[in-house]
Parts: sequence; C-alpha cells; structure tokens
Amino acid sequence: MLEVPMLDVRGLEARYGPVQVLFGIDLSVAEGELVALIGANGAGKTTLLRTLSGLVRATGGSVAFDGETITAASPERRVRRGITQVPEGRQVFTTISVESNLRLGAYVRGRDEAARDLARVYDLFPALAERRTSLAGELSGGQQQMLAIGRALMARPRLLLLDEPSMGLAPRIAAEILDIVLKLRDSGTTVLLVEQNAAAALEIADRAYVIENGRIAMQGTGAALLDDRQVMSAYLGLD
Amino acid sequence: MLSQAVQFLFSGLTLGAIYALVALGFTLIFNASHVINFAQGEFVMIGGMTTVFLVGFGLPMPMAIALAVAAATGIGMALEKLAVEPARQASITTLIIITIGASIFLRGLAQLVWDKKLHALPPFTGDAPIGILGATILPQSLWAMGVGVLLLLALRWFFARTLLGQAMLATANNRMAAQLVGINVRRILLLSFALSAALGAAAGILIAPITLTAYDVGTNIGLKGFAAVMLGGLGSSAGAVLGGLLLGIAEAFGAGYVSSAYKDAFAFVIIMLVLLWMPRGLLGGAAAERV
Repeated sequence: MLEVPMLDVRGLEARYGPVQVLFGIDLSVAEGELVALIGANGAGKTTLLRTLSGLVRATGGSVAFDGETITAASPERRVRRGITQVPEGRQVFTTISVESNLRLGAYVRGRDEAARDLARVYDLFPALAERRTSLAGELSGGQQQMLAIGRALMARPRLLLLDEPSMGLAPRIAAEILDIVLKLRDSGTTVLLVEQNAAAALEIADRAYVIENGRIAMQGTGAALLDDRQVMSAYLGLD
Repeated sequence: MLSQAVQFLFSGLTLGAIYALVALGFTLIFNASHVINFAQGEFVMIGGMTTVFLVGFGLPMPMAIALAVAAATGIGMALEKLAVEPARQASITTLIIITIGASIFLRGLAQLVWDKKLHALPPFTGDAPIGILGATILPQSLWAMGVGVLLLLALRWFFARTLLGQAMLATANNRMAAQLVGINVRRILLLSFALSAALGAAAGILIAPITLTAYDVGTNIGLKGFAAVMLGGLGSSAGAVLGGLLLGIAEAFGAGYVSSAYKDAFAFVIIMLVLLWMPRGLLGGAAAERV
C-alpha cells in the first residue's frame, strides 16, 4: 500500500499516572475502511481510542491524520480536523434536550450547517426525531446510544471512533446499532470500532486488530480473524 | 401591621436580589469546575469600591459603573488564569483553598489601593422614598430588583438560546463529552469566571448606595451568597435565585420581628439547618452528591 493511510499510528504509548497501558501500538486505517479493534477487558482498547481523540496524552510514538502529525493536538483541534469519538457508556448530555445534544455535536461548525445535518441524523434515527424535545437522560439505553452516534455525526467526522456501541443493549438493539455502523461505512465514513462482541465486529469489519496487554497481538481481515482458531478460543468463546 | 410586613418584604427582596446575583456567580463557577469560589464576595467589593472611586474622580455614574464591571471581570479572568488554571491538576479542595487565598489577597490589595474607610455611593436616581401600600421603598431598591430581574432574564436567554450558553451547560453536565464535541473546556472555565465576576460586581454596585461599601464587605456578602447557594441547592441556577430571595426575606423579617442584632446570623443558621436536614438544598439534584 503506497498511499498514505488516513490514520497512521506508530509506536504509540500511553499511561494512566504510573501505570503504562499502551506499549508501542502500530495501527493504520485507510480512508473508507471499517476497522475493528477487539481484545479482552483491560487490554487497552478504550485507552487507545482516547489517545486517538486526544483525551489521553500519548507518552510516546506518533499519530498522523491525513499525513499530518497530531500526536499533541487537543481534542477540540482533532474534532475540527475530522476525528470524532463516540465514548464508551454513551455520555450524552443528560440534562439537555435531544435536539440540543445534536446541535452541540456540530459545535465546531456553523449553525446553518447544523440545521441541515439535523434532518440527516433524524432520518438515520427516527426514534430520536420523535423525542427531540425530551431530555437526553430520559431516553432508553439504545436511544442514548443512537443519540451519542448522532451527536458525533453532527460534527461531520471523516474518521469515527466508536467505543463499545452495543454495550449493555438488548441483542436486537445491538444488532440494529451495528447495522447502522455498516451503513455509515457504506456512505463513506471511515470507522474504527471497538467492540466487546468480537464475533459481530469481525463480521462487519474490513480489517481488524487484536490487542493484548497494550500491544497489537494479531491483525488481518475480519474474515481471516473469524476463521483463526486462536482468536476463536480467546475472544469468541468457541473451541 | 400589614404596612410593616410590606416594608420588610421590600427590604428582603432588595437584599434577596443581591444575594441571588452573588449565588448565581458561585453556581456558574461551580458548574464549570466543581470549585466553590470563595473570592466571589471580593468581586462584589471590587464592583462597589471601583465605582465609588471613579465617581469620586468625577466620572459620570454610568461610565464609572461600566468600568467597574469591566475591572471586576478582568480580575475574575486573571484569577482563573493565574491562580486556578496553573493548579488544574490539583484536587478540588486545593482549588477551593486557592480561592480563599485569592480572596484574602484581593482584600489586602483593596486596602492598599484604596483605604479602610466606609464609602457611600450616591443612589442612581435620588433618594426620595416612594410610598406603596403604606410602606416606603427607596428608588435604589427598585434599581436593585429591576436590574436583578433583567440580568436573570439575560442569563436565561444566554443559556437557553445561544450555542455558547449551551456549551457551558454541556460542560457542566459532562466535561469529557464536551471535549469530544470540540468544546474548549478551559475557555468555558475562563468564561464562567468572567461572567460570575461581572454578576458579583453588578450586585456590589447596586447595593453600595444602600448598605455602604468598604474593602472588606466581600467576606460577609460572599458568605451570604454561599448560604443562598446551599439553601437553593448547589449547582442549580433556579435554586441560587430562590435561595437568594428566601435568604434576603428571612433576614429582613428576622431583623424586623426578632432583632436586627442577629441579622447576619440567619444566613448561618440556615446553612446549618440545610446541611443537617436537606444537604441537597431545595432544588439541588444529583450535583450535590459530589460534595
């Protein structure tokens, strides 16, 4: 691959206080790809996403987006450049209305552009349109996840970082959310997906990385990793 | 009998409007940072004292007021930039102690720049009392209540209708998510100090013609504002206004019917009662559980 990948991560290290969590992560995402990141709890998936969105500061290595180094950029600057994270546990603004949550998603863009995109998000998530005046805290878990994704889309991200979007949801709702992730990829948004449901993630992903103890242990196409015996026993709970 | 009660109500609402503005200042900063800014009263003092001295230099009142509010706003922003921001990684308790230090510093500075005397600001529009329902009200009281209401409406509009106001609410609700939508939460914190200093200064200017002002009035009025916050519920803007008004009314009626010697004690009795039986205050929600 001669072309520069959209996201190019080299030797990334990060720590929480004295505890090192990431030990030299190498990872790349090409424009238009849906890449999954799977691994056990505590392997460093969330930390990796937070380092990519700028919430956690890297202590080593580099992150390049569109060929430009952004390793030390603030979360705000990364959003402006086109990287938006949907955080684990949804993190909607519970005391604010659904529609205001979405408008805040377009904070770095203009008001007029936000108005246009609202229709697009309501189209994607009709359930949100019905509850536009409700407080976000009153929504069900699935609706809050839709709102979290919708809010992120309002920033018009070129790279969407999704952290455990199906966590804590009923299987039917979880499948619905992953369907939407696939739809987003098909409409041109590049996606890096962290998922605890490894089988479901590998099924929709173009490529995937397996992360273990803060290091990339394996990588390959989604289909190849699904067929891998080691991955199956470790992450899919199958023998 | 009725006229006496109406009289107390007027003076209670006047004080209450002032306490509400101070309490809102506490709330703005608390919501942006979870810091209780004990230098809040000093903004009140700076507003009143600066106006007194600028008027003394011969400046027209409106210009003196505008400059005093600007000065207090600048000092509020400097406080955030020079004292709070550098200690961003410190615990909330440390930050609160820093604001106590800042309040002592500002009081000392005021004593050096000005003096230790009491000063009176002339009322905005004369001092001929107006008779209503057998009671009398000073024009300055009407100014305090009227401007208080206008400032409240302006704040309401700001938070409900502007993107920046919504960004402040969002940051208060979920700081991490605010960062993820691209809100610069440090700028929000700076803005909250600026707004809250401006509100405090406005309160200090409105009340200075009624209660006089001096370098050390901030301590007392700051504590009253804090009592109003505790009564209304930490973190709630509506609670701050309600708490301020109730405290002002309680003080006026207490001073009138019990004894004016205990006027300042009511605020502290209220703090104690609230902490004992209603630690979340009247309108405090989940925010208070952090304390």
